[in-house]
Amino acid sequence: MSDTVLTLDNIHVRFPLNRNWRGHPRAWAHALNGVDLTVRRGETLGVVGESGCGKTTLAQVLLSLQQPTQGQLRWSRQSGRPNVQIVFQDPQSSLDPRLPVWRIITEPSYVKGQTAEAAMRAHAARLAEQVGLAPQSLNRYPHEFSGGQRQRIAIARALASSPDVIVLDEPTSALDISVQAQIINLLFSLQREHQLTYILISHNVSVIRHMSNRIAVMYLGQIVELGETATVLAQRRHPYTRMLLDAVPVLGTPLPHTDVAAIPELPGNRVLPQGCFFLDRCAYRMQGCGQRQSLTSVPAGASAHCVRCHRFDHDEFDGK
Amino acid sequence: MATTTAVSPLFSSLAYFWYQLRRSPMMLLGLLLITLMCLAAALAPLLAVHDPDAIDLGSRLLPPSAAHLFGTDEVGRDLFSRVLYGGRQSIGVGIFVAFMASVIGSIIGCFSGIIGRMVDTLIMRLMDIVLSVPSLVLTMALAAALGPSLFNAMIAITVVRIPYYVRLARGQTLSIREMAYVRAAETFGAGKPHIVRWHVLRNALPPIIVQMTLDIGNAILMAAALGFIGLGAQQPTAEWGAMIASGRNYLLDQWWYSTFPGVAILMTAIGFNLVGDGVRDMLDPKQKVK
Amino acid sequence: MMPARQSDTMLNAATTPPLGQAAVPVLDIDNLYLEFPVYKGAIRALNGVSIQVMPGEIVGIVGESGSGKSVTAMMSMRLIPENSYRVRTGSIRKSGRNILQASEKEMRHIRGKDMAMIFQEPMTALNPTMKVGRQITDLIRRHTSLSAGQAREHAIALLRDMHIADPVQIFDAYPFELSGGMRQRIMIALAFSCEPSLLIADEPTTALDVTVQKQVLMLLRERARKTGTAILLITHDMAVVSQFCERVYVMYAGSVVEQGITAQVIDRPAHPYTRGLLGGLPENAEPGAPLQAIAGQVPNLADLPGGCAFRNRCPLQGEPCSQIPPLMPLADQPGHSVACWMTAGEAAHV
Repeated sequence: MSDTVLTLDNIHVRFPLNRNWRGHPRAWAHALNGVDLTVRRGETLGVVGESGCGKTTLAQVLLSLQQPTQGQLRWSRQSGRPNVQIVFQDPQSSLDPRLPVWRIITEPSYVKGQTAEAAMRAHAARLAEQVGLAPQSLNRYPHEFSGGQRQRIAIARALASSPDVIVLDEPTSALDISVQAQIINLLFSLQREHQLTYILISHNVSVIRHMSNRIAVMYLGQIVELGETATVLAQRRHPYTRMLLDAVPVLGTPLPHTDVAAIPELPGNRVLPQGCFFLDRCAYRMQGCGQRQSLTSVPAGASAHCVRCHRFDHDEFDGK
Repeated sequence: MATTTAVSPLFSSLAYFWYQLRRSPMMLLGLLLITLMCLAAALAPLLAVHDPDAIDLGSRLLPPSAAHLFGTDEVGRDLFSRVLYGGRQSIGVGIFVAFMASVIGSIIGCFSGIIGRMVDTLIMRLMDIVLSVPSLVLTMALAAALGPSLFNAMIAITVVRIPYYVRLARGQTLSIREMAYVRAAETFGAGKPHIVRWHVLRNALPPIIVQMTLDIGNAILMAAALGFIGLGAQQPTAEWGAMIASGRNYLLDQWWYSTFPGVAILMTAIGFNLVGDGVRDMLDPKQKVK
Repeated sequence: MMPARQSDTMLNAATTPPLGQAAVPVLDIDNLYLEFPVYKGAIRALNGVSIQVMPGEIVGIVGESGSGKSVTAMMSMRLIPENSYRVRTGSIRKSGRNILQASEKEMRHIRGKDMAMIFQEPMTALNPTMKVGRQITDLIRRHTSLSAGQAREHAIALLRDMHIADPVQIFDAYPFELSGGMRQRIMIALAFSCEPSLLIADEPTTALDVTVQKQVLMLLRERARKTGTAILLITHDMAVVSQFCERVYVMYAGSVVEQGITAQVIDRPAHPYTRGLLGGLPENAEPGAPLQAIAGQVPNLADLPGGCAFRNRCPLQGEPCSQIPPLMPLADQPGHSVACWMTAGEAAHV
């Protein structure tokens, strides 16, 4: 059940910025700063974080659209290129507005050169059925569908080439809540049916909690906490995890009556902090935080639960 | 599921087109003007009572009358017939130039946008050089260098229009390249040829078509300008610009000579411009209500 | 069953007006029917919407696409182009003043001064070519007679009120130099600069990160309390509504289907749509379990079925539903009204 599909080993990605007149970059944007991750077959791995944490770059690395500047990506596939597909956040711009839907769904086959129209239409019809689209609507164009239906088209397209892994990049953020529920249910049933592996990237903690087996919390290009969903959400060991989860609005709980704070500004990723990346915003500073933190396993936990914080990666003597 | 009405798609899209037209009286006017001028040019053999080239020195410089609707010129040729046949030259030039410039320019522009890097830079700087010379001056210089004839005039106008399309197509290509559906295609392993053929071309087309429609009017004006200075169609071929030039000498007493060809140019150019604006407004996505 | 008069339920639910007299609602939308004529028909965007906001209140409108919530917000400021819509009946009043019949000149005077709006995307709402400080002072000087220097002082004080650490530096910044959260604060500063009596916030936090969202909402609440501004918050996020709004209106397909005190509506949703919305949230389900999704889709507003608009998707659909239900107060929660024949008579389960 849990054999590894993919391993990320110390992945760093940096982008050149502001090239000077000779073409040499004056500064770098450090998008990913040492990401270590294994993805198991059939699981849903949730990646949660805010803007600038690097989750988009991570998606691009997984899709081979971006080469890591450092580190390695190892697929467990025996041969050939790994088949990774993506479902984007915005169902409107991820579908070519001037192609009919059946053609959009079967695009992966067109890329490979298989263009027999009858076969393609049949293939599209089969996929459409799986995602709950009426086969007679396949001749229409994307703008004639609702947001939820467009997302179904995108999912059908992702399924078309029988992928190993599907990266879901904020799959429900642009959808209405009632449609979100339908799409989440669809994703679940497709995963069971096809034994798919999902990497779910989102800033919506509720969706991640609902769908993921494991969670990785990212901050400034690093994973700061990783483990089984229930464990991470319950224990919230890393101070950033705690801050993030505290900020999530909970139904029925009013806003706290504390004072408004100055804006939590994410530090830019041009100049990386010397020590712990979260030091500036951390309420639990102490000695030793001036050093780069590493992702260490929590010894007491039954399953692999890692935290990038020397203060909270172990239990105190009194079990806290 | 959206309800589908059992109406033939062609009929419903025509009806929808008519609905759009009713909301845009300017475009309606433009369409009428174009239809009028194109029909007149196409049906010239039927409508022209006299032979446009027939010289009749006994009927020189006659004012408009029942026999000669627009009067006659200084060698007795019927101006109405000459305006009709001249329309064929001008409108033909306009459409040809707009079409050729847009096709050639778009191909270069898409190519430049998709390849990028050094090739792109070279092409754009080349286009910049062409654009830096005032277009009328450049057209005249080219036409003069190639020799006075209608064909050379067409080439000159086309060459000078191409950079606009190159820029437009390149801009479209660059922005389409960033769209999510192109990224998705890249994740399936699509190469640049696939992306251009399936995604860039069909999405870049609308603004190019709009530009092309607007350009027909400009091209007609340009052809008339060249004809005015003698670089377009040569005598005895009827050509609006040349007719205006010849009529200059007789402007005070024989006003009809320059006026009618001038009005013909005006109506044709305005007609195409109005239609171009209308097409642009129709294709504008902001027209749609949220 | 007679539908409750909106203003009666209002006075019960809202905070007592200062001098014990009936206060004029800051925003009073009364039975508004609005449509957008299109080819072969019209999109019926609002079908009998009645919404009130009393001075100093924080009210939310919750709905999904096609519910009419954004149209309501835009119409309150008359930001929709004149010739693209048609009002069949109904009115909108701002502190007693008729918005639908005001001239464009009067509207320009009202906008910014009496009412302000903040949007979802602060980047597109701010002028990218102008420093943010200048944008604030421009607005201040448009509606007051302060000099340039005084306006600048006022603007910097405003920025400081927004809990911006270095207001003088931010004053001279361009929008693209600022983060999303900062830009939203600038928008809020702009909105509050002339101390309007009503602020309409259209999905102000949807594009923001969750930690920033919390701060922005707290800031809005703090500012509104200080200046006595009422807030009308438009959103699709039930959790934000439950955190922030005192009262809530739930909209579906151009009608208000449920309204009341937020805690009551969320705790005990009466309309099947509200129940479906809340039931389908991942928060309310076991991880990994299928979510309760509402069957079907939002109806086509150009082609609404007769009767209750939610009929075709409703698990409780019945005979009476072929008549459009009016809003009816619940027996034991008079401040809480629902537009549903089936559920209006239900009493609370103990």
